[in-house]
Amino acid sequence: MAELQFREAIKAAIDEEMAKDEKVLIMGEEVAEYNGAYKTTEGLLDKYGYKRVIDTPISELGFAGIGVGAAMNGLRPIVEFMTFNFAVLAADQIINHASKVKYMTGGQINCPIVFRGPNASAGQLGATHSVAYDSMYAHFPGLKVIYTSEPGDAKGLLKSAIRDDNPVIFMESEQMYGLKGEVSDDEDYIIPIGKGKIKREGNDVTLVAHGKMYHLAVKAAEQLAKDGIECEIIDPRTVKPLDLPLIIESIKKTNRCVLLDEAHPFGGLAAEVGFLIQREAFDYLDAPVQRVTLPDVCAPFAKNLFDLWYPSVKQVVDAVNQVTYRN
Amino acid sequence: MAKKKSGNVEFAPRGIGDEKSGAVQKGVDLPAATKSKHKDLGLSAAKLKAMYEQMYLQRRFEERAMQQYQKGKFGGFLHLYIGQEAVSTGTTFALNDDDDIITAYRDHGWGLCRGISANEGMAELFGKATGCSRGKGGSMHFAKAENHFWGGYGIVGGHIPIGGGLAFANKYEQNGRISTCFFGDGAVDQGALHETFNIAQLWKLPAIFVVENNGYSMGTAARRHTVADIVDRADGYGMKSAVINGMDVFSVYEKMKEIADDVRKNSEPWFVEIRTYRYRGHSMSDPQKYRTKEELEEYQKIDPIERLKTYILENDIAKEAALKKIEEKVEQEVLDAVEFADNSDFPKAEELYEDMFVEENPYFHT
Repeated sequence: MAELQFREAIKAAIDEEMAKDEKVLIMGEEVAEYNGAYKTTEGLLDKYGYKRVIDTPISELGFAGIGVGAAMNGLRPIVEFMTFNFAVLAADQIINHASKVKYMTGGQINCPIVFRGPNASAGQLGATHSVAYDSMYAHFPGLKVIYTSEPGDAKGLLKSAIRDDNPVIFMESEQMYGLKGEVSDDEDYIIPIGKGKIKREGNDVTLVAHGKMYHLAVKAAEQLAKDGIECEIIDPRTVKPLDLPLIIESIKKTNRCVLLDEAHPFGGLAAEVGFLIQREAFDYLDAPVQRVTLPDVCAPFAKNLFDLWYPSVKQVVDAVNQVTYRN
Repeated sequence: MAKKKSGNVEFAPRGIGDEKSGAVQKGVDLPAATKSKHKDLGLSAAKLKAMYEQMYLQRRFEERAMQQYQKGKFGGFLHLYIGQEAVSTGTTFALNDDDDIITAYRDHGWGLCRGISANEGMAELFGKATGCSRGKGGSMHFAKAENHFWGGYGIVGGHIPIGGGLAFANKYEQNGRISTCFFGDGAVDQGALHETFNIAQLWKLPAIFVVENNGYSMGTAARRHTVADIVDRADGYGMKSAVINGMDVFSVYEKMKEIADDVRKNSEPWFVEIRTYRYRGHSMSDPQKYRTKEELEEYQKIDPIERLKTYILENDIAKEAALKKIEEKVEQEVLDAVEFADNSDFPKAEELYEDMFVEENPYFHT
C-alpha cells in the first residue's frame, strides 16, 4: 500500500495496464506533451512514446469516434475528455455507436473502450462546466458507468474498466485529483465493476453517496455523530451496474435513507435509487426517503449563489433530521 | 441606428430549377468514364463475369426485397441502393479482401459484396434469427465483421470518425490494411466529417473517405444543402482527392485501385467523390417530388449493369447465353433467399437480452 493522490492512482492504473497490454493506448486533449491537463498522464509520453500517448485536437466527436473505430478493430483505447461537460459533443459516438454496435450487429463487434475524465462541478466554472453526467450515461443500455470517490477505488476500478471488453465510462473530479488515500501497488489489484462498499457503519440512517458527494456524506456523518446519530455510508462506486443489494441490506438495518447526488433532481441516480428502495424495501422504511441534489437550475457563477446551488453538509444534516424525525 | 431593410428574406435555395434561368438542375454532373479496357485494368474475363454477377445480384436482391416489403413481409426502413451498384462492386474488386469497409444505412449492396449471402441478407431484412446480424440490425445494420465489413450505420455522418478509427488501428498495428468509409452527400454537411478529416490528415491515417454523391440528401438536392463542389472540401485539409464516375464500374475500379495503392504505400488519407445516382426514393415512403422523371430516365439510360453487359458482349468476353445463365442463377439465388427468409424463425424471446455485453450473464437494470 502507498499513499497516493487521486491523480497518481489514475496514472498508476493507466501505466500498469499499458505496460501489461500493447493494445492499450491513451488519447485526448493535452494528454501527451502537456502531461495531462490535470496531470493524470504525467510521464506516460516519455515512457510509452507518441504511438500510444496521443494528443488530439479539440474535436471530441472526432477523436471519440476514432477511439470507437479503433476499439472495434482490435485496440483498447482510453479516451480522455478534459471534462465530461465537453463529452456532450461526442455523445453520438458514446450513446449511438459505442453502446450499440455489438447489439445491432448481432454480437459480431466488441467495443472495448474507456471514456474517462472529470465529471460534474469543479467550483465557480459557470453553467456549461458544472454538470454531472453519470446518470445520463447510465440511462443507456450497453454502457457501464463508474464515478469513484477515493484514490484506492479509482485505481482498482479503472484497471477493471481498461480490462473490460465493453465500453465503460469512468468519471473523476478536478476537485478530487489532489485528494490522498491508501492505494494498493499490486499490479493485479482490481475492484470488480458493480460492487459498492460500506464505508462507514451505523445503525440510524443509510446515506448513499458516490463521487464528490461521498465526502459531503462523511462530513455530515461526523457532525451527526456528535449528536448521537450514527450514519451508515454506502458508496456505490459504480453507478451502473448498481449494487442495489448492498443498499437494500443497509436500509433493512437502518430503516431510513438519505440519497446524495451531485446531479440535478429530475431522473438522476437519486430518483432511480429512491424508486428502487420503495420497490425493494417498502416495508422496512420508517420515513420517506429524502435526497440532497443540485436544484433544477444551471450552475451560477456568483460565489453566494454557487454556495446556495451546491449541495451542503447542512442540507444532508437537515435531511437526516427529517428522516429521523428530529426536527 | 441601422436602417431597417426591406425585401423578401429567404435562406435555403429553393426548387428544382435554377433560380435565374429556370433550367432544371441535374442531380450530379458525371465526370468522363475511363477509356481503359479490361485488359488495361488487369481484369480477366472471369473477373468481369464475377463483377457482372455481383452487380446483378445487388439489383435483383433489392428488387425482390422491395416487393417483399410492399407485400408487408417486413417493416422498418428500406433504403435501396439500386443504381449505385458500380460503386460497391468496383471498390470491393479494387481492394484487398482484408481491407476494411464501413458504410451508411444504404448498405445492402456493400454487404453482398463482402460475403453476406442473399439468404443472410434477406433474412436480416425480414428480422429473422438467420440474418447476418441475427435479426438485431435490420436493413440499416448489415454487417460481416469477419470479412472486414464493419456494417451499415444509421446516424448520418456518425460512422465517419469510426472509419478513421478503423484506419487508426491498422496504422497502429502496421498490418498493411487500409480502411474505406462510404457515406452519402448529406453526410458532408456534418461536423463529424470535418473533425475526422482534420485528424486523419494530421495523423496520416491510411483511410479513404468516399462520398457516394447521388445528388440528393434525402429530398434535398446537393446544390440546396451544400456549398461548392463536395470534393473541394479536401483542399481545406490538404487532403488528396479525386472525382469518379460512379455509373461505370471500370472507372471506379481503376481509380480506387490506384488510390488504395497510394494509401497503402504512403499512409495518407484521400477524399473521393464518386458521383452516382439512386433510381429509387430515399426510402420506401418517398414521393420523389424533388426531381424530374426525365432526370431519372437519363441516368437509367446509362445504367451501370447494362453498361457492363454491353461491354462484355461487344468485346466478345462472354456470349449472351452465358450472361443469361448468370442472370438465371442470381434470380434463383434471390428467390431462394426470399423463401429462406420467410421460412426462417424469428429470434427467440431470450435473444432480446443477448449481444448487449460480452459477459455470459450481464447485469440488466430492472
